[in-house]
Amino acid sequence: MAVPALRGSMSFLRQSLTIASKDLRSELRTKEALNASVAFALVILLLFSFAFEPTEVETRQISGGLLWLVFAFAGALILNRSFARELSNDCLDALVAAPISGAALFLGKALANLALLVTVELACLPVFGIFYNVPWTQQFWPLMLVMLLGTWGLTVVGTMFSALTVNLRLRELMLPMLVYPIMVPGLLAAVQLTAPLVMGQPLAGDLIPWLRLLIAFDVIFTALALTLVETVLVR
Amino acid sequence: MLAMTAIAALLLVRNLYVMLLVLPDEKHQNAAYRIMFFHVPDAWTAFLCFFLAMIASVLYLVKNDLRYDGFAASITEVGLVFGAANLVTGMIWGRVIWGVWWAWDVRLTTMLVGWLMYAGYLMLRRAIEEPTERAKMSAVVSIFAFADVPIIFFSIRWWRNQQHPPPADLPPDWWMALFMNWIPLLLLAGVFLMIRMEQERIERQLNGLRRTVHAF
Repeated sequence: MAVPALRGSMSFLRQSLTIASKDLRSELRTKEALNASVAFALVILLLFSFAFEPTEVETRQISGGLLWLVFAFAGALILNRSFARELSNDCLDALVAAPISGAALFLGKALANLALLVTVELACLPVFGIFYNVPWTQQFWPLMLVMLLGTWGLTVVGTMFSALTVNLRLRELMLPMLVYPIMVPGLLAAVQLTAPLVMGQPLAGDLIPWLRLLIAFDVIFTALALTLVETVLVR
Repeated sequence: MLAMTAIAALLLVRNLYVMLLVLPDEKHQNAAYRIMFFHVPDAWTAFLCFFLAMIASVLYLVKNDLRYDGFAASITEVGLVFGAANLVTGMIWGRVIWGVWWAWDVRLTTMLVGWLMYAGYLMLRRAIEEPTERAKMSAVVSIFAFADVPIIFFSIRWWRNQQHPPPADLPPDWWMALFMNWIPLLLLAGVFLMIRMEQERIERQLNGLRRTVHAF
C-alpha cells in the first residue's frame, strides 16, 4: 500500500518542480517581474526614509516592519504576473488541461514565486542595512528562517489569489485588496520577529510564540489553498 | 417580514427603556457603558453572519446551487452593516472612556481587518460578471476570510496586551439586557437578509429571462 502512495507523492512533487522550473526559466529569460520588483522595492525603501527619520534609534528599532511592507508591495508585482503571464496564447488553458492536478500546478507556481520573492528580498537586505544602519548580519540564519516562513505565507495566499483574479479586468487592484487583509496575522508575526532580529537580538523568549504563529499561518493556508485551488482553476 | 420588523421595533423600545431608565449608571463609566448593549450584540451578529456566509460558501462549492451563493452574498452584506455599527459604537465608547477614537483595541482591530476582508469579497463580486464564476470565486474568498478570523484575533491579542473591558464579570441583569437587545438586532438582520435575498432571486430570474430573450 505504501509504495504506490509514495510513488504518487513523488510524481506530484516532480510535476510541481517541472512547473516551477518552467516559470523560473521564462522569468529569467525576460527578468521582467524581477527587475520591476527590485527597482520598486528600492524606491519604497528610499521613500520610507523620508517618512521616518532614518538616523534615529527608534526608527531603526521599527525598521524591520518597514522591510515587510516593502516585501509585501514588491511581492504583489511578482504575484500579479504569476498567472497573468499564462494568459497570452491561452497557456493557462493548456496548463489546466495538462495531466497534472491543480494542486501540483499551484504548488509549482508558488515555489517559483517563493524563489523570485526571496531573490528580491536578498537584493533589498544589504541596501536596507546600509540605509538604516542596522546590524542585520548578526542574526543571519534566524533572519533567513523568518524571511522564508513569512515569504511562504505571502506566496501561498498571493498565488492562490493570483489564480483567482487572473481573468478580472481589475486584476492588479483586486489582488492586494484581497491578499493584504488576509495576510495580517502572517505579516504581523513576520514584522514582530524581523524587527528585533535585524537589530541583532537572538530568536528566543518572547519571539517564540510569534514563530509558532507564523508556522501555523503557513500550514493552515497551504492546506486550505491546496484543497481549494482545483475549484478556482477549473472553469 | 412585517411582523418581524414590528417585534424588533417593540423590543428595541422596551430595551431602551430598560437600558436608560431601569439599569443604574456604572461606577466608573457613568452613562457611557450603555453603548455596550448595542456594541456587543452588533459584533455577535456580524460574526454570526460571516460564519453563516462561510457555511453557505462551502455548501455552494459542494452542491453548485446558486441559491447558496445568493444567501452568502446577502448575509455578508448584512454582516458588514452590523460590523460597521460595531466599529462606530466602539469608537464612540473609546472616545468617551479612553479619550481617543481609535486605541488599537484587540476586538475592534480584529473587526476592522475582518470588515476589510469582506469588503474585498464584495468588490470581487462586483468585478466578475458571469454568475457561476462569481459564485465559485467568492465562495473561496469567503472560506479563506473566515478561516483567518481566529488567527487575526489571536495575533492582534499578542500584539496589543491592552484592556478590552472584560466580558466575564458583568452583573446578571446586564447579561440579560445584552441578550434581550440581541434578539431585535437578530430580527433586523433577518429582515435585511430576506430583502437582500429577494433581490438576488429577482436578479437571477432577470438574468434567466435575458438569456432566453437573447436565445431567440
